[in-house]
Amino acid sequence: MSKQPASTPLWEVFIRPRNGLNHKHVGSLHAADGDLALQAARDVYTRRGEGNSIWVVLSKEIIASDPDLSEENFDPSSDKIYRHPSFYEIPDDIGHM
Amino acid sequence: MTNNQSYGGADHIEALLALADDHLILGHRLSEWCGHAPMLEEDLSLPNMALDLLGQARNLFAHVANLENCGKSEDDLAYLRSDREYKNCLMVERPNGDFAHTMLRQLYFAAFMQPYWQAMEDSTDDTLRALAGKAEKEMSYHIRHAGEWVVRLGDGTEESAHRMVNAVVALHPYTDELFEISAPLQNCIEHGLLPDPTPIRAPWQAMIEDIFSQAYLTIPDVPFPQEGGRHGRHTEDFGHLLSELQYMQRAYPGMAW
Amino acid sequence: MYSQGLIGADSETEESEEFLAAFQARIDREEKIEPNDPMPQGYRKTLVRQIGQHAHSEIVGMLPEGNWITRAPTLRRKIALLAKVQDEGGHGLYLYCAAETLGVSREQMTEELLSGKAKYSSIFNYPTPSWADIGAIGWLVDGAAIMNQVPLCRCSFGPYARAMVRVCKEESFHQRQGYELMMTLTEGTDAQREMAQDALNRWWWPSLMMFGPHDSESSNSDQSMLWKIKRFSNDELRQKFVDATVPQAERIGLTVPDPDLKWNPEKNDGEGGYDFGAIDWDEFWRVVKGGGPMNRDRIAARTKAWEDGAWVREAALAHAEKRKQRMQAAKVAAE
Repeated sequence: MSKQPASTPLWEVFIRPRNGLNHKHVGSLHAADGDLALQAARDVYTRRGEGNSIWVVLSKEIIASDPDLSEENFDPSSDKIYRHPSFYEIPDDIGHM
Repeated sequence: MTNNQSYGGADHIEALLALADDHLILGHRLSEWCGHAPMLEEDLSLPNMALDLLGQARNLFAHVANLENCGKSEDDLAYLRSDREYKNCLMVERPNGDFAHTMLRQLYFAAFMQPYWQAMEDSTDDTLRALAGKAEKEMSYHIRHAGEWVVRLGDGTEESAHRMVNAVVALHPYTDELFEISAPLQNCIEHGLLPDPTPIRAPWQAMIEDIFSQAYLTIPDVPFPQEGGRHGRHTEDFGHLLSELQYMQRAYPGMAW
Repeated sequence: MYSQGLIGADSETEESEEFLAAFQARIDREEKIEPNDPMPQGYRKTLVRQIGQHAHSEIVGMLPEGNWITRAPTLRRKIALLAKVQDEGGHGLYLYCAAETLGVSREQMTEELLSGKAKYSSIFNYPTPSWADIGAIGWLVDGAAIMNQVPLCRCSFGPYARAMVRVCKEESFHQRQGYELMMTLTEGTDAQREMAQDALNRWWWPSLMMFGPHDSESSNSDQSMLWKIKRFSNDELRQKFVDATVPQAERIGLTVPDPDLKWNPEKNDGEGGYDFGAIDWDEFWRVVKGGGPMNRDRIAARTKAWEDGAWVREAALAHAEKRKQRMQAAKVAAE
């Protein structure tokens, strides 16, 4: 076994199932560079026709929100019900609006 | 009908078998890697390429079985011929060697087959024409995948560069045979059934040179090109390959699996 | 979404009663736990161990079946087997990635497998001497694995559950191809039927062992159930497997090698089920501890692949570094 092998970077993989949909996170993999990561993503995550477009991004480049801050980040929006259509009353005979 | 020169004639069948054998034997060799690749990601890539090749082999054997129309199945053709009856080129039967060997062999083969399948889109053989579109795309991907690796290994570490050079020396003598025109193939070319490989030679060479230039590799002089596969003259390794491939069919003849 | 950069940064959880109770409350509300969420060390450790073992099992599991890829009797079987073994590699990959969200690297896990520190499913330490073993593995081993894996799709840890959804979706053809293969053998010649029965004889008991020790002997079980990492106990799943599999064997004229096997109408709250004979736990522990027929060969094969591949992995990294430097140099030159 070689001494302390350098580790191959981790990439996150996003696949668009078909045009008109968003790319969606499907998993991750290891590859030395972007081209190899794309090819590996194709071979690992699209074996059953799962998509027509792939994005890969180095996992370490992702900036994630802090779960400890999730309450102050996301709770304030929960009572802003005026942002939803059901907050406003419109007579039924107006029909769909 | 024994007209060697027409559709479904002996030469047509012989030339198709050579093509089918190339795909079968290379697919078989690649499949040997499954579970033993240098990284898990390649444990998925190598079988993908093997499955492409084995899938085309199946299509081609089925086509031959259909043309022969004598009750033989694709498996009879794939499994039950003697070594002299297999007409694959020698390169595809070469042992996998290390990862550099395997990737280079794949590049050499795919860089030939991609334009060859493309040319089959003009074949007078309807079945080949129907297979060509998909096969050509598969080969394009093999070129890309194997080509990326040849560049990385050629321009990676000292060890990988050394191994890459060894692979070129070992495998280049087998590349001439890709362009060989056997007598059956010659007849098929004349009838528009199969393409002439000759015009592919220059673009093939250009593609290899381009990839080699990125990989710091050079095409070696080959004083003694190796050939014989198209005439059923194989290397010693081929018998061992067949003894595995054919094991079940030989040990338990005539059974359904 | 998670970031490797954050993983482990906040791993010091205060394991006060209050913290543990709040965590349990989240679990009880069926909230999924994501990698950066606070979690008890025990939960993290259990998952790292379990997902790691699961991943190793997939990777080592490629070997016994891979043994027949080059000898598969027809092109159709060869292609199906190759695709199946390839899938197992994919499953190992998904699982390693799920474990990596908890801050262990694939290299670390690989070293632990090769050194013998990490375990994998003992079933893969049995040999595959005959073609029928490919059928038996697909039918029984994948069948048992599916029993285990379907509930894991609802595991409380998000990345594991998501990986399992993908695995289960892909595995649906595995058991079918195994059973179809066995069925073809039983419809064939005497030699083929013998081959099939022999494979069932060898794989039946090890398949039952796949569910692990009896609930009374299984130390980690209760906590895992409480944390909803596991949803059913070992014995529950084993019983489900026996009840599902025995009729499948009968249907194709094979005999389950258990003289004590008997239908019991009282079982499963009166729905009926099979009583079955005692499992040889001495054999189980022997194989788990390295004494199975193929333990050494399996680890040797994985070690060889890892060591033989080292120069390839190093070359790819070296090339990536060179490219990066060339790009930087070109940028500097352009400025």
